[in-house]
Amino acid sequence: MPKYMTVRTKANHISLQISKKTSLVFLVLSVLLGLLTVLSLSTGSEYISPIVVLQELFGYGDGEHQFILHTLRLPRTLMALLVGAALAVSGLILQGIIRNPLAAPDIIGVTSGASVGAILFIVYLMGTVSIQFLPLAAILGAAIVSTIIYILSWKKGVTPIRMVLIGIGISALMKAAVTMFLVIGEVAATTKAYLWLTGSLYGASMQDVYLLLPWLIILLPLTFVFARVVNVKELGDDIATALGVRVQIYRLGLLMISVMLAGSAVAFAGGIAFVGLIAPHVARMLVGRSFAGLIPIAAMIGSIIVIVADIIARTAFLPKDLPTGVFTAAIGAPFFIYLLFKTRNQ
Amino acid sequence: MTASLEAVDLHVGYGEAAILEGLHVQIPKGKITVLVGANGCGKSTLLRTFARLIKPKSGQILLEQDVINQISTKEIAKRLAILPQGPIAPEGLTVLQLVKQGRYPHQSWLKQWSTEDEDIVNKALEVTQMAAFADRPVEALSGGQRQRAWIAMTLAQKTELILLDEPTTYLDMAHQVEILDLLFELNVAEQRTVVMVLHDLNLACRYAHHIIAVRDKQIYAQGKPEEIVTEDLVQAVFGMDCMIINDPIFGTPLCVPHGKGHKVTGTR
Repeated sequence: MPKYMTVRTKANHISLQISKKTSLVFLVLSVLLGLLTVLSLSTGSEYISPIVVLQELFGYGDGEHQFILHTLRLPRTLMALLVGAALAVSGLILQGIIRNPLAAPDIIGVTSGASVGAILFIVYLMGTVSIQFLPLAAILGAAIVSTIIYILSWKKGVTPIRMVLIGIGISALMKAAVTMFLVIGEVAATTKAYLWLTGSLYGASMQDVYLLLPWLIILLPLTFVFARVVNVKELGDDIATALGVRVQIYRLGLLMISVMLAGSAVAFAGGIAFVGLIAPHVARMLVGRSFAGLIPIAAMIGSIIVIVADIIARTAFLPKDLPTGVFTAAIGAPFFIYLLFKTRNQ
Repeated sequence: MTASLEAVDLHVGYGEAAILEGLHVQIPKGKITVLVGANGCGKSTLLRTFARLIKPKSGQILLEQDVINQISTKEIAKRLAILPQGPIAPEGLTVLQLVKQGRYPHQSWLKQWSTEDEDIVNKALEVTQMAAFADRPVEALSGGQRQRAWIAMTLAQKTELILLDEPTTYLDMAHQVEILDLLFELNVAEQRTVVMVLHDLNLACRYAHHIIAVRDKQIYAQGKPEEIVTEDLVQAVFGMDCMIINDPIFGTPLCVPHGKGHKVTGTR
């Protein structure tokens, strides 16, 4: 049985191949994601039956659960979807351009940059500037730190390995800076900062959703445009050049997309760890190596991880609402060690 | 002689150290050219500079009279393919997926898999005898098969010129001959220009129309193997005493090194 469907117009003006397996996985994951979304809306301190949830969502409800659903759970669930997708695709891009299975926004310093931006904001600006600008501070932090990493890695072009090493170094430095600000900051501010740092979807509002959504609407399709380039770049810089790719320019462009995706996600949800590392790996196990196919699959896996982690975080220890990042880290850390173990001989 | 590639007053170096200095050379069109020389003499550097993988400090590379840095890198990729030394495929990538990447310079965002692409990829798999392995992950192949897979990708690029940097390294003797036979047939059947770096002088003499010996940042000698490969050349280029005899099968120069070893009396 052929593995691909080939789509072509008559004179070959438009032609592409679609993997049947990827399409199937896409359908299955879509259904799963739909079910989890309903489950996420049903569960919490007060259980609402899925049927009532659906009625309410599509406007046939009696309005009894209006507040819980529309104000509390829906924004939180949507945020989980968006944040998971953004982190996953960010990690997917990084692993592709750095050619290292261990690359992820939290490992090469993007997340730590966002953290420093957010901490500085929480500790020093919170009284004077509206909290709405917190995401901006985090994105700015991520952008500045990744620019520093990029410049320090430059020596007649940027090589992947230099970027990883410098990223890890800068990341450690940023974590030290975060600790320092936490120690010298006011207690009230640092408590809030701590919660943000662990990664929490607590208190997400529809306004947050509307602020995060545009980033994904622009960046995800842009990632598709670059998909062919990433496939070639994964063969190494020499081969990519040999095949006619302008390696340095595309690396910079892709890195910027990745930073913006991770930065915007972290800005709204804090350091939800390891999603950017795990989701691309799971996606590759499911559908193989073709980058265009991996984008939607990794995004959905990322959404699924965050939504499940969030359901556990807010129901397992009722009435306590734990930060989502605790649970992604609980799965992610062992997975990271497994990857280290697996790649130890390379 | 029509030159397929030409280096004009080429200076290449890493940092302060000069690798090639004021080098001039032409690569004949439609022939097999082999670069030989001692380790670290700059033959790989020359090959990589020809393929714009290294930027020269000064001087020019001409690709059929066009100055190479005035052509877009994608346009070059339609005319010249290079297989660097020891390429590594990402884990899980299948042979078919790898070979398809060779079509990259001919594709666009809308035109990702034309009938032409499909035909050329199938042909490349067939010529390299990799069709049966199309769905295998590259890392699961043996050394010889893996090299054939990469060569298939290079062929899918459908260029007139193919450059290869030590395509036979790490292969046993049978697989070395197999790879070189494949390139030889390509040259005969399609008149593609092949330029490669080889370590084995005897195989170089057997397959090359044209040999270029590199020494001291310069071209030391070039020409037909049977005309230029002599005991003096081997001494000058490799610093080794040897005897040159005729290959009993092909009649090409065969280098038998002096040195130590067992001596056996009597003939077989």
